Amino acid sequence: MSGHAAPPAKDTSLLMASGLSVKFGGLLALNALDIEVKRGEILGLIGPNGSGKTTFFNVISGIYSASSGNVVLDGQDTTTLRPQQIAAHGLARTFQRSRLCLSLSVFDNLMLGAVRRLNSGLWYNLVRRGQLAADIGSAAKEARELLAIFNPQLADKLWQPAISLGMIDRRRLEICRALIGRPKLVLLDEPSAGMTHDETNQLMSEILEVRRGLGGLTIVMVEHEMGLIERATDRCVVLNYGKKICEGKYSQVAADPQVREAYLGKS
Amino acid sequence: MSFLSANGAGGPELFSSQVGSRMSFLSMKGKGGQILSSVLVAACVACSLVAVLDIEDQRALGICIAVIAGVAFALSKLGIVQAAEQAGVHHPWAVRCIIVAAFAGVLLVLRENNFALLMSATILIYATVCLGLTIQTGFTGLFNFAGAAFLGTGGYTAAMLANVTWLPDIIVILSGGLIAAALGTILILPVLRTRGHYAALATLAFGILFYGFLEANELLGGPQGLKVPGITILGWDFANEPTLGGISFSFYANYVVLIGAIFAVFMIFTRFVERSWIGIWLDAVRLDETAASVFGLRVSLWKSFAFTTGNFLAGVMGAVYAKMTAFIAPANFTFGDSLTLVSIVLLGGIGNRWGVLIATMIVVLLPEKLQFIQEYRLLLFSCVIIGLLFVRPGGLLARRVRVFGGQ
Repeated sequence: MSGHAAPPAKDTSLLMASGLSVKFGGLLALNALDIEVKRGEILGLIGPNGSGKTTFFNVISGIYSASSGNVVLDGQDTTTLRPQQIAAHGLARTFQRSRLCLSLSVFDNLMLGAVRRLNSGLWYNLVRRGQLAADIGSAAKEARELLAIFNPQLADKLWQPAISLGMIDRRRLEICRALIGRPKLVLLDEPSAGMTHDETNQLMSEILEVRRGLGGLTIVMVEHEMGLIERATDRCVVLNYGKKICEGKYSQVAADPQVREAYLGKS
Repeated sequence: MSFLSANGAGGPELFSSQVGSRMSFLSMKGKGGQILSSVLVAACVACSLVAVLDIEDQRALGICIAVIAGVAFALSKLGIVQAAEQAGVHHPWAVRCIIVAAFAGVLLVLRENNFALLMSATILIYATVCLGLTIQTGFTGLFNFAGAAFLGTGGYTAAMLANVTWLPDIIVILSGGLIAAALGTILILPVLRTRGHYAALATLAFGILFYGFLEANELLGGPQGLKVPGITILGWDFANEPTLGGISFSFYANYVVLIGAIFAVFMIFTRFVERSWIGIWLDAVRLDETAASVFGLRVSLWKSFAFTTGNFLAGVMGAVYAKMTAFIAPANFTFGDSLTLVSIVLLGGIGNRWGVLIATMIVVLLPEKLQFIQEYRLLLFSCVIIGLLFVRPGGLLARRVRVFGGQ
């Protein structure tokens, strides 16, 4: 899509976190973490509760600031940037707990994901109303098309408040919101949370289908549902107590004694 | 029957996507119903306003208010209010013409009644300030407890400029708005570094300090206040009594027309803000600041925009108010007045422009007209608000989900 002209080599890194640490008081939530995300891959981020997965997302997207270490996104050092500046470098995410604006329409929620592409100028918004209306029309068309890939019925609910949607449709909407801004990197924080096994599988298929349509979007995914990780990811990173304990293909990672110990305890 | 069909299509979802031939047929049929509903609502509001302003006898007034409340309830239950709201969405220019006609009608009936015209002007001034609060609180979620102080800033700016300089009045009025906006910006800057309701705290302090500052300041007239000359625009002195086709009006009619025009401009402005990308951004800032910033929204920028714009509206009206009443004193801009302004927004329905107008009429007129409750006015007033919010938690006219273009 937009952003990078030539399809970049698969092996170059899109996101590089080096020596990343985050302290909350005395607690070291991330401990000198090195994570590399290659262009076009789906990276699974797994680990027990409290191992620092969501903290990692929050640092990357600028909600928390790193105590030490640095983050490079697409060649730009984004360590000290604010969330809105990092978004401008092509990062989008979903949240573990739904963060939709429930009283706004599906369309409004989606457009929040497209902030970067839309014109926020005063003259344009308040005076050039004809142009604005035309742009809203084409944005609505695009929104409908994107929603329809996930669920054709969702596309018909474009002007309904988000609160009227069911759980799975809300999750779909959140993912669409992350995708509509045509980001380079998407962080999915537990896309399966609160959904049944079948719903999760269906949602993942939809995500993969959209990803194919976008020509290999790079995704980092936090997930507890191991079936999903096995099916969708190219590579996994396992965290425990804020440290990387293992990295590799799911089959390798799942066989690793350290990982088994982190999840199941010492035998 | 046509009312009912218009009402039947009242939910926003029905106007949305599936514009098949059946839907367009329905909305064609609904158009007449919607326009008729808005005529009816405008007529009822105009008649109520005239009746309440004109009737002196307290008992008759009480009955009149009861009748108005009944009619309003019936109109809302029959879905006519909702149909009129839809008319505003789908046929904005038709509705604007109806409103101008209703406004002209009220003006014509009240033409020589000084008190009634002054009250009408006051309603429009308060309603404009509350439009500003709607942008700040209703859209963006910034509570402003200094509405009266910003009104006063505009008023005192106008007074000083008019007394010290010979600037034309249009510049003076605009300066009132600009100074209020600038003062507001200074106030909001430290608040931008925080989250939560610190704007409420900062404005609360400002609202209280403003009064004390005016009282103590000799240059601004102290507690006695300042005299302010009236408005002259394009050679027309607003102290003149206009005549139109042999009918003469009180000089207050000049002010009512000017204030009405400013109010109309700001009403349209507020609507344009709401129905644009900016409207979505402001709502997103109110509902989830973190998510908004993660998607690249410049939260501080939009907070400053909303706050500055809202205070500009207050400042402009403050300047006009000072020039209309010819005299301003600190007692006109107390913290209590700021609270009244906030309560108007709550009562009308947070984020709904028309709710603001209706609520202003109630809040300004009731205590003024029902003299016998003067002493209990705050008591009655709080009872009315609490009662209303029990029955209608979203306010008199709750805000609707934004549906663009009525597609």
